[in-house]
Amino acid sequence: MHNPSEEFKIPIGPQHPALKEPESFSVALRGEKILGVDIRLGYNHRGIEKACEERTYIQDMYLIERVCGICSHSHSTCFIQAVEEIAGLAVPRRALYIRTLVAELERIHSHLLWLGVAGHEIGFDTLLMYTWRDREIVMDILAELTGNRVNYGINTIGGVRRDISSIQIQETLKAMDLLEERTKYYIELGLEETTIIKRLSGVGVLSYEDSLHFDAVGPTARASGVKRDVRKDDPYASYGEISFDVITDTGADVYARTIVRLKELMESYKIVRQCLKNLPDGPITVRAPRKIPAGEALSRYEAPRGEDVHYVKSNGTDKPERVKVRAPTLANVQAVKHMLKDRFLADMPIVIAAIDPCFSCTDRLVSLKDDDKKADVMTWQALHDYSIKWHSQRGVDFGKLNKKLQERLSK
Amino acid sequence: MRPGKMLREVLRTGLKKPVTVLYPKEKLDLPEHFRGKLKFNPEKCIGCKLCMKDCPTNAIVINQVGEKQFEAAIDLGKCIYCAQCVDSCLKKALEYTKEVELAQLDAQKLKVVFGAEIKSDTKKTSL
Repeated sequence: MHNPSEEFKIPIGPQHPALKEPESFSVALRGEKILGVDIRLGYNHRGIEKACEERTYIQDMYLIERVCGICSHSHSTCFIQAVEEIAGLAVPRRALYIRTLVAELERIHSHLLWLGVAGHEIGFDTLLMYTWRDREIVMDILAELTGNRVNYGINTIGGVRRDISSIQIQETLKAMDLLEERTKYYIELGLEETTIIKRLSGVGVLSYEDSLHFDAVGPTARASGVKRDVRKDDPYASYGEISFDVITDTGADVYARTIVRLKELMESYKIVRQCLKNLPDGPITVRAPRKIPAGEALSRYEAPRGEDVHYVKSNGTDKPERVKVRAPTLANVQAVKHMLKDRFLADMPIVIAAIDPCFSCTDRLVSLKDDDKKADVMTWQALHDYSIKWHSQRGVDFGKLNKKLQERLSK
Repeated sequence: MRPGKMLREVLRTGLKKPVTVLYPKEKLDLPEHFRGKLKFNPEKCIGCKLCMKDCPTNAIVINQVGEKQFEAAIDLGKCIYCAQCVDSCLKKALEYTKEVELAQLDAQKLKVVFGAEIKSDTKKTSL
């Protein structure tokens, strides 16, 4: 029998039924209490940044859009803003308004999705079913405006690819009324339903100071009272011309994050209505050069999960020299470690889910430099020999396997 | 605080009909700008190959089959249906359709060639 006063380590992931994406948590426990968590990312590294360097700017647009399936418009807009800044393009106002509109519709669908996932994580699956049903309304609107439910493909360098007709504006406004009514119901539910309040209050606390210390972003930071929103701090697209409030809460727990997201939905409806009302006339795109002049730019964007940062360096050709993507989850993942400390193991799924993680979007190559050790440069042949030796020490003989394979193939 | 706040909503929707449709029998309308299978018009193509250059997955290949005659070979398995080629085409030789039922058991059937009728007897050359 295990002694409950002893420290005990359990690995959760990379493959685990409670996790939606491959990531690894090594949890040190004493009894039910978490002493510390080691988070290890890197199981879903796709080499997107390197792939961007091999493709032209137009091809990159579609690759960058696929960094994340949920905030695809966020990543593509963030990247395109950087490219447009280097090229010095003046994007038409109508295009900026359409970008803002799609961005807010995306936030609505992402927040409704999160609410459902949060409900699922606390065993309140009824909430999951109903929020996802209502999410279909906004998904249909996105499909109607852009052509697809996900990976909208609405952005292009120098504008947007599709215009909005007056019929679509009417349909969107109708959908907003319906969604607003539903969201009001969910806010009421969040403020009254015992299951939600009891399960989420006091869980995953991240104080105002800690939130600043760990550089939390998005709703996670705003729920700790940090008034941080790129849309207000550094307005991009047409946010400078639109009035809306930055929602904050002082609760600093998972319940506060739920309320912040729900209230943000109401702000999003406000922004969508203003976008449609003030939609300027004019062209939706300017001609963009294929070759982008040499330069560099950093672009910020408030994705549904928090601040998204893209860095693009160009060298005068039609391919970028360097693209760097920092997804919002990377900024929030450090805070999770702190939130879980001295809490119970049973709180883990909802605390992780509360930052709305997107681990696959986060995975970038990290090289750890050991200053004491000299770097080894290996030739391909040396690496090949090393790999054979490494495996043979562990009882795998490639010579025999090769022979077997040859025999099979010759038969 | 009130437990079971959703109960009324659940009971109310319990009486409603399901929203889902029985797919192969009944089909939903696709959105206006839906990007489905590509269509190529060989008469309009001038062989500038901008579509080949801009395709993010190299799914489209334009081959010259005769004097000012081109055919398009599209790999539907590679295509991500972004329709950038439709935007890139200067002569509007490419367009997207609402065709979505493209699943095949044989991978070779995903490679579609939109051919041009060869008028002269010049040999097919791949550029």
